[in-house]
Amino acid sequence: MLENYFPVLVFILVGLGFGVAPVILGRVLAPYRPDGEKLSPYECGFEAFEDARMKFDVRYYLIAILFILFDLEIAFLFPWATVFQEFIAAGELAWFVFGSVMVFLAILVIGYIVEWKNGALDWE
Amino acid sequence: MNFVVPDFYPAAAEIFVAIMALVVMLASTFARGVRWLAYALTQFTLIAAAFVTIYTLKGDVSYTFSNLFIGDLLGDLLKLLIYFSMAIALLYGRGYLADRNIDKPEYYVLALLMTLGMMVMVTANHMLPLYIGLEMMSLGLYAMVAFDRDSARSTEAGMKYFVLGALASGLLLYGMSMIYGATGSLEFSGIANAVYHQAANKTVLLFGIVFLMAGISFKLGVVPFHMWVPDVYQGAPSAVTLIIATAPKLAAFAMAVRLLIWGLFDVAEQWQSMLMFVAVLSIILGNLAAIAQTNLKRMLAYSGISHMGFMLLGLLSGVVEGDRHYALNAYSSAMFYAVSYVIMSLASFGMIILLSRAGFEADSIDDFKGLNKRSPWFAAMMMFVMFSMAGIPFFIGFFAKLSVLQAVVAAGYLWIAIIAVVMSVIGAFYYLRVVKVMYFDPPVDPAPIHAPAELRVLLSANGLAIAALGLAPQALMSVCAYALLASL
Repeated sequence: MLENYFPVLVFILVGLGFGVAPVILGRVLAPYRPDGEKLSPYECGFEAFEDARMKFDVRYYLIAILFILFDLEIAFLFPWATVFQEFIAAGELAWFVFGSVMVFLAILVIGYIVEWKNGALDWE
Repeated sequence: MNFVVPDFYPAAAEIFVAIMALVVMLASTFARGVRWLAYALTQFTLIAAAFVTIYTLKGDVSYTFSNLFIGDLLGDLLKLLIYFSMAIALLYGRGYLADRNIDKPEYYVLALLMTLGMMVMVTANHMLPLYIGLEMMSLGLYAMVAFDRDSARSTEAGMKYFVLGALASGLLLYGMSMIYGATGSLEFSGIANAVYHQAANKTVLLFGIVFLMAGISFKLGVVPFHMWVPDVYQGAPSAVTLIIATAPKLAAFAMAVRLLIWGLFDVAEQWQSMLMFVAVLSIILGNLAAIAQTNLKRMLAYSGISHMGFMLLGLLSGVVEGDRHYALNAYSSAMFYAVSYVIMSLASFGMIILLSRAGFEADSIDDFKGLNKRSPWFAAMMMFVMFSMAGIPFFIGFFAKLSVLQAVVAAGYLWIAIIAVVMSVIGAFYYLRVVKVMYFDPPVDPAPIHAPAELRVLLSANGLAIAALGLAPQALMSVCAYALLASL
């Protein structure tokens, strides 16, 4: 039973080696003569302009979350659309299949109305 | 294609609650100024859902939605209890939330969606709806725990609960995928079938059960997955603690029963030995750690851990050496224990809410000092709750412990019964300390209690119910036994 997992183990080891080996090789084979200038941080050859950890406005996260919510509905609609064709061709239950996805969309629309009315989409 | 239009009738209550959750959301958006609207609509929904469930009640078992959904008496009974405890918990918490200015309509929308999640959990006949219901319940709870946004404690508790809950969900999903790999089915009857015909790979199956057990233990809050319980109970607003400690325990019980008994009954002896470890450790740790607490919510959290351990004692004594003679008795004793714990838990957190007021949390044991001088009636009610939790005759908690212990002894695990009894005696110490503080210590704050009439009336009824059910426990016990008998 467990021997079935042997390829997975090999995969993990190869992946690990592939990531770690070049770093070690680079350190071992390349010349290594550090000085202060070489070790200091820089952006595109210039001095660093600002801290890499910038503060984002929390509203970006809100928009991102709302986007994911409505983006994911497409993930449900695509498989539905392919199956729907078959139901139309078969001529039965097409209305039921159509109606069930409409219920799903109606729930999302209600969510959309609620967030719009509550001002989640207003930037200011 | 062999697709048919599903029968919506058995799921009428779920559909009703789902529609009403949307209605409450819309109504509270367009009538933002009307503060009572969301609360009133939510209570209406819970009461009406109870009528829908009773109206669609059927004695036999029905399957619908391609066998994803099971409609049986056990599910219906647990759903009724869930509406009941949610309605009471929302009523208790209303004034508390208003005092802290967090009685937003979203709270009630979350409560309804959470109720829907629990309903889906108790009627799941398949791993997927079970998991979706569990996540719906948990996501609602995470948000509710962090609902008091200005309180650092509440936010911290919400964060802890979320991170640990996500981990537990991951473990549970991993276990489910292992069981799917071993049995080739996600449906409980399909799993049971594969296990019965020994078609399942034993190693993978056991591996999956271990992970399932971790997920169930986390949701029930038992050792060694109990870490979140004290912190979340203490950090959450008391009204939310009240909710966490009641209805979700019933849903978690349903989850354990559906997974273990509906799906994996034929390997009962494997998971029983795991449960034995979990249950005994919970009873020991819960009772010992509760002694050291000065915060009442934390103490009740540890006592909840030990109560859930007790409940598991019923589940683990169903099958002994292949003999299933005692199974029904044992499982109905576990269910009776879960139900009576919920009733006691409602009253105990209700008392904390009763003594709290704007800007003051009565969550320390010292806040109960001299309660007898401030309000002899509610001191008596609190005494009922504490006696019942300690398992002193003749309150409901005594009969719950008695029936579970009978099941354990019948299954031949005498040593577990002895540990449980010894630990109950140790546990009685911290329950009785609260009673001692109420009756023999001078009050810190001699002001009389101010609380809305509805809270006083319902809390009194709750306290009296603990005493009354203790005098006549047979009715509730036989309802539990009958529901399991009709569903198994």
